[in-house]
Amino acid sequence: MFYREVGQYRTSYRADMAIFPILQDRIGLLVILAVAFVGLPLVGGSFFLDVVATPFLIYALAAIGLNLLTGYTGLLSLGTGGFMGIGAYACYKLTTWFPGVDIVVWILAGGFAAAAVGALFGLPSLRIKGFYLLVATLAAQFFLQWAFERIPWLYNNNVSGTIEVPTRTLLGLPITGATATPVTRYEVALCIVVVLTWLASNLVHGRIGRSWMAVRDMDIAAELIGIRLLPTKLLSFAISSYLCGVAGAMLVFLWYGSAEPSVFSIDLSFTILFMVIIGGLGSLLGAFLGAALIHVLPIVLRGVPPALGIDIASSTVEHLNLMIVGVLIILFLVAEPFGLARLWQTGKQKLRVWPFPY
Amino acid sequence: MHFLYLVFIDPFVQMGMAPDLLAQTLWEGLVSGVLYALIALGFVLIYKASGVFNFAQGIMVVFAALTLVGLYAAGVPALLALALTVAVMFVLAVAIERLVLRPLVNRPDIILFMATFGLTYVLVGMGELVFGGDTKQMIAKQLYLPSGAIDLAMLGGRVTLQKLDIAAAIIASVMVAALAVVFQYTRIGRALRAVADSHRAALSVGISLNQIWVIVWFAAGIVALATGIMWGARSEVSFALEVVALKALPVLILGGFTSIPGAIVGGLIVGLSEKLFELYWGPLMGGGTEAWFAYVVALIVLLFRPHGLFGEVIIERI
Amino acid sequence: MTEAAGHVAAGETLLAGERISLRFGGVTALNDVSFDIRRGEIRAIIGPNGAGKTSMLNVINGFYHPQRGAIRFHGENLARMNPGFAARSGIARTFQNVALFRGMTTLDNLMAGRALKMKRGLFWQLLRHGPALDEEIAHRRVVEDIIDFLEIEAIRRVPVGRLPYGLQKRVELGRALAMEPELLLLDEPMTGMNLEEKEDMCRFILEVNSQFGTTIALIEHDMGVVMDLSSRVVVLDYGRKIADDVPDAVKQDPAVIAAYLGVAG
Repeated sequence: MFYREVGQYRTSYRADMAIFPILQDRIGLLVILAVAFVGLPLVGGSFFLDVVATPFLIYALAAIGLNLLTGYTGLLSLGTGGFMGIGAYACYKLTTWFPGVDIVVWILAGGFAAAAVGALFGLPSLRIKGFYLLVATLAAQFFLQWAFERIPWLYNNNVSGTIEVPTRTLLGLPITGATATPVTRYEVALCIVVVLTWLASNLVHGRIGRSWMAVRDMDIAAELIGIRLLPTKLLSFAISSYLCGVAGAMLVFLWYGSAEPSVFSIDLSFTILFMVIIGGLGSLLGAFLGAALIHVLPIVLRGVPPALGIDIASSTVEHLNLMIVGVLIILFLVAEPFGLARLWQTGKQKLRVWPFPY
Repeated sequence: MHFLYLVFIDPFVQMGMAPDLLAQTLWEGLVSGVLYALIALGFVLIYKASGVFNFAQGIMVVFAALTLVGLYAAGVPALLALALTVAVMFVLAVAIERLVLRPLVNRPDIILFMATFGLTYVLVGMGELVFGGDTKQMIAKQLYLPSGAIDLAMLGGRVTLQKLDIAAAIIASVMVAALAVVFQYTRIGRALRAVADSHRAALSVGISLNQIWVIVWFAAGIVALATGIMWGARSEVSFALEVVALKALPVLILGGFTSIPGAIVGGLIVGLSEKLFELYWGPLMGGGTEAWFAYVVALIVLLFRPHGLFGEVIIERI
Repeated sequence: MTEAAGHVAAGETLLAGERISLRFGGVTALNDVSFDIRRGEIRAIIGPNGAGKTSMLNVINGFYHPQRGAIRFHGENLARMNPGFAARSGIARTFQNVALFRGMTTLDNLMAGRALKMKRGLFWQLLRHGPALDEEIAHRRVVEDIIDFLEIEAIRRVPVGRLPYGLQKRVELGRALAMEPELLLLDEPMTGMNLEEKEDMCRFILEVNSQFGTTIALIEHDMGVVMDLSSRVVVLDYGRKIADDVPDAVKQDPAVIAAYLGVAG
């Protein structure tokens, strides 16, 4: 009844090829953006922004990055944590050398370092496929993890091995460091994520996205229609790592405020991979949904027992959390291997014909 | 110049100067290689027989060890605890078959692989929940495993062989031989290989997939238990073992995913090369190279042979 | 639709295989086979199963590299062709087992076929609005013409994995056509189709040849189709060429009859 496309004729190819061709979708997007930019900061408190919203944005960006590589191009990777780390450390070094330059510039620049390393570790992907490529990305992950600990230059020879985020301002407002407020950090993160998502969406809907999906579905056939495999795969690694690198820099500078090397561990790689799997491979929306579920679920779970008055040890909640995520993964793979994004699409489909059943 | 010397000459000089240390390192590498091989063996079993790459093998090792130690701590006598743990692994195999494998039959391999990720998380959470996250001691003495060491005076110095390590090597060899025989020469082994090739085809000739899967996951569970006992006795029982188990992946790259002898060879190569590199080249890089060396070796091997050292090259019919 | 890059006139040799021999381990797929394809013709390749027909196409395409022999395309010798080079030179093909991109829709598959013709780089693709979108729309127009031609408008947005086999083959033809090839290689385009679908396919192939001037080489088992469509036929048996002539002559060639039907005892 509400979600009908009746009467919405597309009279040009341009209109047909818009990313949101249906009017209701466009309105919905505007509403979401309004809520995100204005509504949430007004209504949510510091806790919500700092613990739920900003991390969600950062994970979502990393999930988009991994989704481009694994969901769209079909290249399985467990190196996400390492690539995020490169972005973070690159940003740190850059802002240490040039403290006068806007930190947002360095956050975005840190991604390029990650892109370069990502492309380098992506070189084997021409010869190595599937599971075997996974092992190659593990080599990247473990090597990078080791490097973050053992190369003191990376953390400015800080004795504790961690990087401390200095205070940086944008337009006079502090956005990193101890004095930055949750709202400012959230808004900066939101802007970055919105812009990068828009760019990723453009890529995915055009020639490059199609070439990635072609490589994923049948790389032999892709070669046959003239798609060059190595540049396509390398571009996927590079752009995916760029987004992960920016997410990593944001993680340190806009969320944690400091970082130990152990932050960018294989566990982080797994977490992002689960977000992509549950959210839906090959779907940008899925990256957001998956990040939301995997990040928010534990927080909700932690809040339930006190709300119900039941006293459970926090470690128990953590363990239950792990189990529930594991069960969710299996459930999704059994019931809806295309993840939350497919569930969303099916829901929209039902909404189209509501109140009729089909 | 000096750098070249350090990398290419000096380590060998050091090896020559202290041959007993070299021998000791080789022995240590061999032993850890055997343990890697055991974990890889569990992978190979399941992959050979169900085509599933069981990422949860590592956590099964930890889980088995935890169950054993936990039962003993609850007052169950050691050998009975062992028997009960075997039973638990059987129940686990049945549960996995019914709840994970059966709903996912005929799905693409990648889906099953990711399901084992989920399984890993479930087992980690369950293990921590039931047994607690702190490290525990393996009940080696109670299981009649030897302790103490044999000191050999050789090569101008002393080489120490832990009796436990020798026992581990022997037990591992016996298990491997038994499994190889079963796979190659028995009816069940043939059925297992058929299932690995194609679920659908195996079903169509009447092989009961469910039975086979339970058998194979149970066997892998036993291997995991043995590995857990050995490993736990050498160091301790903790969840850190799970990340170490990831090292079975390079072992599999080297030895192939479907070859039992390959798992052994791969394990030994990884164990030996890791320890040697860390001792003689590690100091040049600040140490800790065991975290990534095996993976880089696997990566280099893959560059030359994209299907692993012994892997099967599948020729796609276009 | 096709621009003759090498300016080979109609009737002249477009592609020639000279004494091709191809072996896989102990199996000889092709044994000293020589043939040519002339511009503007429809060339059929027939033979019993296992005769080496698909191997022949794969050699032309650059998937397999013959141990002996050469391929001449536009008069130039391409000793080691690779699939990407074949595509860029104007050779497109379809497959026995349908090599479509199953996760993508019909429209996306055809648009993917325009990959070689799309030039806008990463920067414009990131922005999308502007030159990249203009380019997409221009190519969309071409693809829509093909969709109209092949009468697959109704399945534009269906993921091809869900389409029935016959329609998949038609979509695959569409993707090959989207490349605007000079030479179109079709590997058993009619397999698994009923009579109506076959007639449609024949019509499409004939129109592609007559309207766009595309040279076509096709492997086909249905003799009726071969006789009706093709101007010349190559017959392979056990990797050897046993006949190479116009359809009527090949039909009566005793060697061909013996290969297909067996020698009368």
